[in-house]
Amino acid sequence: MRRIITATVQDRSGVLNRITGMLHKRQFNIESISVGASETEGLSKMTFVVEVSDHQKLEQLTKQLNKQIDVLKVSDITEKAIVARELALIKVGGSGQLRAEIQGIITPFRATVIDVSRDSLTIQVTGRPDKVEALIALLRPYGIKELTKTGVTAFLRGQQPNQVTELNSFTI
Amino acid sequence: MKVEAKHELESAKKVMTGADVLINALVEAEVDTIFGYPGGAVLPIYDAIYRSNAQFEHVLSRHEQGSIHAAEGYARVTGKPGVVIATSGPGATNLVTGITDAMMDSLPIVIFTGQVASNVIGTDAFQEADVMGITTPITKYNYQVNQLSELPGIVKEAFHVASTGRPGPVVVDIPKNISAELSTAVYESHFELPGYQPNKTPNPLQIIKLTDALSRAKKPIVLAGAGVIFAKATNELIEFAEKYHLPVTNTLLGLGCFPGSHQLSLGMAGMHGTYAANMGLYECDLLINIGARFDDRLTGNLKHFAPHAKVAHIDIDPAEIGKNVQTEIPVVADAKEALEALLKRSVELGDQLVWKERLARYKQDYPLWYERSDQQISPQWLLERVHQITDGEAIVTTDVGQHQMWAAQFYSFEKPNRWVTSGGLGTMGFGFPAAIGAQLGAPGELVVSVVGDGGFQMTAQELAVVKERNLPIKILIVNNQALGMVRQWQESFYEERYSESLFVQNPDFVKLADSYGIRGMRVNKEEDVQEVLEEAIGFDGPVVVDCQVVQQTCVYPMIAPGKGIHEMIGVSK
Ligand SMILES: Cc1ncc(C[n+]2csc(CCOP(=O)(O)OP(=O)(O)O)c2C)c(N)n1
Ligand SMILES: [Mg+2]
Repeated sequence: MRRIITATVQDRSGVLNRITGMLHKRQFNIESISVGASETEGLSKMTFVVEVSDHQKLEQLTKQLNKQIDVLKVSDITEKAIVARELALIKVGGSGQLRAEIQGIITPFRATVIDVSRDSLTIQVTGRPDKVEALIALLRPYGIKELTKTGVTAFLRGQQPNQVTELNSFTI
Repeated sequence: MKVEAKHELESAKKVMTGADVLINALVEAEVDTIFGYPGGAVLPIYDAIYRSNAQFEHVLSRHEQGSIHAAEGYARVTGKPGVVIATSGPGATNLVTGITDAMMDSLPIVIFTGQVASNVIGTDAFQEADVMGITTPITKYNYQVNQLSELPGIVKEAFHVASTGRPGPVVVDIPKNISAELSTAVYESHFELPGYQPNKTPNPLQIIKLTDALSRAKKPIVLAGAGVIFAKATNELIEFAEKYHLPVTNTLLGLGCFPGSHQLSLGMAGMHGTYAANMGLYECDLLINIGARFDDRLTGNLKHFAPHAKVAHIDIDPAEIGKNVQTEIPVVADAKEALEALLKRSVELGDQLVWKERLARYKQDYPLWYERSDQQISPQWLLERVHQITDGEAIVTTDVGQHQMWAAQFYSFEKPNRWVTSGGLGTMGFGFPAAIGAQLGAPGELVVSVVGDGGFQMTAQELAVVKERNLPIKILIVNNQALGMVRQWQESFYEERYSESLFVQNPDFVKLADSYGIRGMRVNKEEDVQEVLEEAIGFDGPVVVDCQVVQQTCVYPMIAPGKGIHEMIGVSK
């Protein structure tokens, strides 16, 4: 099962290495990690998307993360109401007529063209990972020359409904 | 006049090197023994040691591995952190085995490594090694000092992290420019670790759940590990077991935390444990694990481990609970506090007569056994003699292999902190240097180091240290002219193809001892054993005894690899 886990960590040297090393050593399957500053100086937020086989594995993962000296808080937010976003930059081949066609595809995704050259254009898309994936799939036939994704970053919504509906929950 | 005044001012604000700052921090941490080896990147530190009049001993090993295993032996026996210093590059990499060993067996060790100067880190400078990268996966935590002002705080924090919660090794990597830096400043040693708050106090709800489960259990058993020793909870464990008449079994590293001769003791469990202990674990309906981590050498095939039991697990490290064995009653706590909380509640136990009788029968019908040779010395018999001659009161350190298992089986331990062995990593070369640390940590005690002829050769160079300090350690080489444990597995599982496990050439161990100025003795007949051992143990000084034993003896009983805990082989003759 795919889970989304966040961790608040102290900004100490080697912290990213320490955590990824532990995940690697204990054979956890990580799909993406994103790290960045948080609202508090000296603390960073990490967001992991992981694939785990069962609940025991998942519990081990959160426990092993918590055990790290630099980690202050670990949350499995998969089943919460969350906002989860990732950003992708996609360079596709295209000139002339194709451009208009591509523009037509990306508009409903609220993606934007951020760079254009004679025979290519670069698209930026932000959103839930499933949306980003969907756009990438639509663009594939046009020939993707280069692609980069930031990985998911996420946190809880301001308000948690009593019952989290399927729609709210994080799907990729 | 002017010059004099200036001079006065200078001596008032004492100029210190970074290394002096380190020494002061070590004094503040109440360090009394340092195990180390000098080199370029730690020259400022060794100069500070030379100049210092602090009250600690520095013990010069003959290989950095010797330093760290000695520090481990010291930590096991004293319960205090062992301290190690090594130089950058090869000095640091020579510590890797020992650091990993300490990590696996949760030993509090603080290691200071020299590092090349800050301005050349990352340039493949002479004797540069990425100590942070190398030691991150094998330490509880590690630090590289970036500024001298951080050093006292880091040292204090390092000792705190190493010795609290679940203990473990901590590395402090110090670039040479920092240990050489001159300063007159006084630095703060304050630290804050918001992400590290080990929980010692049990959740009362889980304690109630545990006692409730106990009141319903028909076949309860206690598994006691090294966590009981770290928590100094032996008395509480005995009280708890006696209060409810609970059978107790130990892990390899837990030996001594419950008296081996106690009526309730089932002895050691696991791969070479007793039949009674393993069947107890197999058949129980309530398993109370106190401070053990369900290592695979203990559990055997997990599918068959305590299959009918409700499992309660008391551990200071929450990540160990539920890692290998599904646990119904998790108790995250220090073993002592948990036992105290358990003792405060009283429950009525159901009738356990059948269970008691069953275990008693296992114990009586299937005791540890061995075949005695009429030609040569049987190793198990030798260890029984050692137990008898030392009144079971020695501190015993071992290496890894058959002799280790025989020592665990036949040297019954009555008290904690007297059994020093490498469990998790199974490190050959550990036993003898560990005895040096044990003896330095417990100067008045009898220390017996039981080693194999193979493993002893991995760290025998430390004999120089023994002689230098006239440490009265008794080194007993269980000499089977073989890597006995490897030979055993080849006999049992590889159709007797003894690939690279039989020694054609061993040194003359008596002459080897002699060359270090240490008394060497040899015994190869049973009738001489008593006399030689008594002579060696009574001798006022170190002795190496080459005990030539039967080569073909195997360690039994045994859970073969992949088998369940109830499928022991070699249970009786
Ligand atoms: C450093 C290291 N290398 C290899 C091994 C694998 N090993 C485990 S036991 C053993 C044999 C040990 O021989 P010896 O020290 O003579 O002890 P014996 O088993 O004969 O009592 C070996 C090679 C190990 N545990 N540690
Ligand atoms: Mg041997």
